[in-house]
Amino acid sequence: MIIPVLFGMSLVVFFMIRAIPGNPAQVILGQKATKEAVAALTHKLGLDEPWYVQYVKYIGGLLRGDLGESIRTGAPIAEEIWPYLAATLELSLAAMLIAVVIGVNAGIISAWFQHSWFDYIAMVLALIGVSMPIFWLGLMEQWLFSIQLDWLPTSGREDVRNPIEPITHLYLIDTLLSGNTEQFWQVVQHLVLPSMALATIPMAIIARMTRSSMLEVMKSDYIRTARAKGVSMFWVVYKHSLKNAIIPVLTVIGLQTGLLLGGAILTETIFSWPGIGRYIYDAIGYRDYPVIQSGILIIAAIFIFINLIVDLLYAAIDPRIKYN
Amino acid sequence: MRRNKWFTWLAMLLAVVLVFAGCSKPKESTGGSSEKPSAQDTLVYGRGGDSVSLDPATVTDGESLKVTKNIFDTLLDYNDNDTSVKPALATKWTVSEDGLTYTFELRQGVKFHDGTDFNAEAVVFNFERWANGNEDKFPYYGSMFGGYKNDEGHVIKEVKAIDDYTVQFVLKRPQAPFLKNIAMPPFAIASPEAVKKYGDKFGEHPVGTGPFIFKEWKRNERIMLEKNKEYWEKGYPKLNQLIFVSIPDNSARLNALLKGEIDIMEDLNPTDLKQVEGNKEFQIFKRPSMNVAYVGLTATRGPLKNKLVRQALNHAVDKKAIIDAFYAGQAEVAKNPMPPSIPGYNDAIQDYPFDLEKAKQLLAEAGYPNGFEIELWAMPVPRPYMPDGQKIAEAIQANFAKIGVKAKIVSYEWATYLEKLAKGEADTFMLGWTGDNGDADNFLYALLDKDSIGSNNYTYFANDELHNILVEAQTVSDENKRNELYKQAQEIIKEEAPWIPLVHSTPLLAGKTNIQGFHPHPTGSDKFTKVEFQ
Repeated sequence: MIIPVLFGMSLVVFFMIRAIPGNPAQVILGQKATKEAVAALTHKLGLDEPWYVQYVKYIGGLLRGDLGESIRTGAPIAEEIWPYLAATLELSLAAMLIAVVIGVNAGIISAWFQHSWFDYIAMVLALIGVSMPIFWLGLMEQWLFSIQLDWLPTSGREDVRNPIEPITHLYLIDTLLSGNTEQFWQVVQHLVLPSMALATIPMAIIARMTRSSMLEVMKSDYIRTARAKGVSMFWVVYKHSLKNAIIPVLTVIGLQTGLLLGGAILTETIFSWPGIGRYIYDAIGYRDYPVIQSGILIIAAIFIFINLIVDLLYAAIDPRIKYN
Repeated sequence: MRRNKWFTWLAMLLAVVLVFAGCSKPKESTGGSSEKPSAQDTLVYGRGGDSVSLDPATVTDGESLKVTKNIFDTLLDYNDNDTSVKPALATKWTVSEDGLTYTFELRQGVKFHDGTDFNAEAVVFNFERWANGNEDKFPYYGSMFGGYKNDEGHVIKEVKAIDDYTVQFVLKRPQAPFLKNIAMPPFAIASPEAVKKYGDKFGEHPVGTGPFIFKEWKRNERIMLEKNKEYWEKGYPKLNQLIFVSIPDNSARLNALLKGEIDIMEDLNPTDLKQVEGNKEFQIFKRPSMNVAYVGLTATRGPLKNKLVRQALNHAVDKKAIIDAFYAGQAEVAKNPMPPSIPGYNDAIQDYPFDLEKAKQLLAEAGYPNGFEIELWAMPVPRPYMPDGQKIAEAIQANFAKIGVKAKIVSYEWATYLEKLAKGEADTFMLGWTGDNGDADNFLYALLDKDSIGSNNYTYFANDELHNILVEAQTVSDENKRNELYKQAQEIIKEEAPWIPLVHSTPLLAGKTNIQGFHPHPTGSDKFTKVEFQ
């Protein structure tokens, strides 16, 4: 299934971005360019060729593992894209960690103590979380945690005055590899605010999902049986119920993780995080077709990969689910 | 299964510890500027976007030139506050009486960052490189010097090395702003050896003679430059490191400044001015205005074909109120298409006063006593000359409504916006311009001549009388006569009213109080040679 899905994606993206008005040559050369310059660059980029020639060339390149070259920078995308992707991976994983740890636990406790004050507060917060404009939240976080409390840096991935030598471009790993604990803490500090902002929406969704799923499971007979046998409430909730309730939550987690990859643009903008969302967003502004195409394709591939992992996790958690 | 659960708990615990440790850590050590005195010779400059390339001749975007200005030198440079020229790599120059031959004496003993010598050959190499290029490779060269080697309009006939340190330019016809053009950042002298060595990749490995040496570029993050210890201006630069970081959002950039992560920020929102002014740790820098924001009135569309209608709309806009509301007073009312600092500015022109009665009367005269419906295009991106396109559009919409003109506000994503404008699809639209070299030609010809339709004359305004004047002014070398021509041109533009000139804004920057020697240049490209921390 993966190959046809990716192929379909490539086709859709190819036509969609060409449907946006705006000539890349004009955009690259800027407001001050002459007509001749624009025509010359259009020709050089092969954008005056018929669409099918452009598409066949693009797919041909993809099959050879060539993601194309960025129109704006002239660099091969395969080379250029990794640092951005790494930045986003680091951010999304940190955000998902926060979202899952807090979201799942808040959902469980809310279900456990249904109609308690904790339940009400948590669910109201979750509602606010889902509807919170990330832009505003990010700026408020900066104002509170960076400027007023002076705890955390406002933006970027590192202290520019004490830059990190990239190895894998996953800075948490790079700083550990180079054994520089001071820089490691710096990276953690830089991660906190953006990942908190990015985690808000998935955290809220996960909390609500966990709560409703738990409530359903906790009404089942086997739970009553377990309680009757004298199993403590803690074990009933965290072992017996959670195991059955976690399946739909897992689906949501998988989907949300995928969404974070491409959907982190706002967070990346506010916290000037050099991630793939901004890379593709900038590329749209510049009509950098190859970057948009290949960038979206890579995100789609990761999305599919995450879903695959989620499917495998189902089977691992629930023995009733088996894949042939 | 039990082991799995313990593992989960452990992971959760670890995560929580990490988060809290992350929060509490900075109190002990930050590595920020406050604790390392050595950071005081590193200046971090926060801006909105990243550069495209660091080969200045190949780009037109300000974000690239801002950086290359510090890596490279030009033969001549602009003075601190305007675009009058001063010696840089050339120490002296003479102009022949017919205005066709310029002879430059070059500074001796200057070396490129790669250790090769700067000399007349290097200058010739650079100009040959550009002249042999095309619109796509070296866009600014073509637009400032009338094309390329084999083009008829190409101004430069020949560039030759007379001796090691004398270089001569022979022109085909006089070009009044020639010296100002030579001083533009795109025409910086690059190391011929490095250009040959890196070829197309020179833009990622720039080598010049400038005060700072290129060290590292992480795209979308930062560009790092280091002090050129061999710089020809003795005792300079003062800074050890100059770092350009990209923080796209204006408010987030201000937060980074307040936190001390950056030392200077550009594009301070006018509405944030008060917050910074009230803080002793920070100072405001004002970039002298060399821009104009305007409402274009497309002269080929509907009622706007009628001059009286365009004049009526000019009478209907309350520019002063717009400045107070959206520029925090940091702008002046525009009555001409170019700012007053530019030679040839016609100050005798009286602006159309804000007069609704007069506007209605003109509309009636034009045959629209009850007004009409029209589209008003709002700029989708903030620029120093237009901090909030949407809100300013709403103000203008309200103004128009008072004379019965119902404007519908329309906006597109930026690239689409410009593309559609170039096709003449907008009735009225908001736009602006920042000058490149402080010459009137760079405003009037570039924005309103009929030759510029399809590029930067988005109003499709074509006037032969204006065209003749503007073309004549390009070749007149007598400064006074030239200024007279531009003054005439502005009278025609005022009368024909293809625009509603709105404002000339003063772009705001903010920085730490202990920064000295920073003078924002009207062109938007600043040299950091003399900047230091107190």
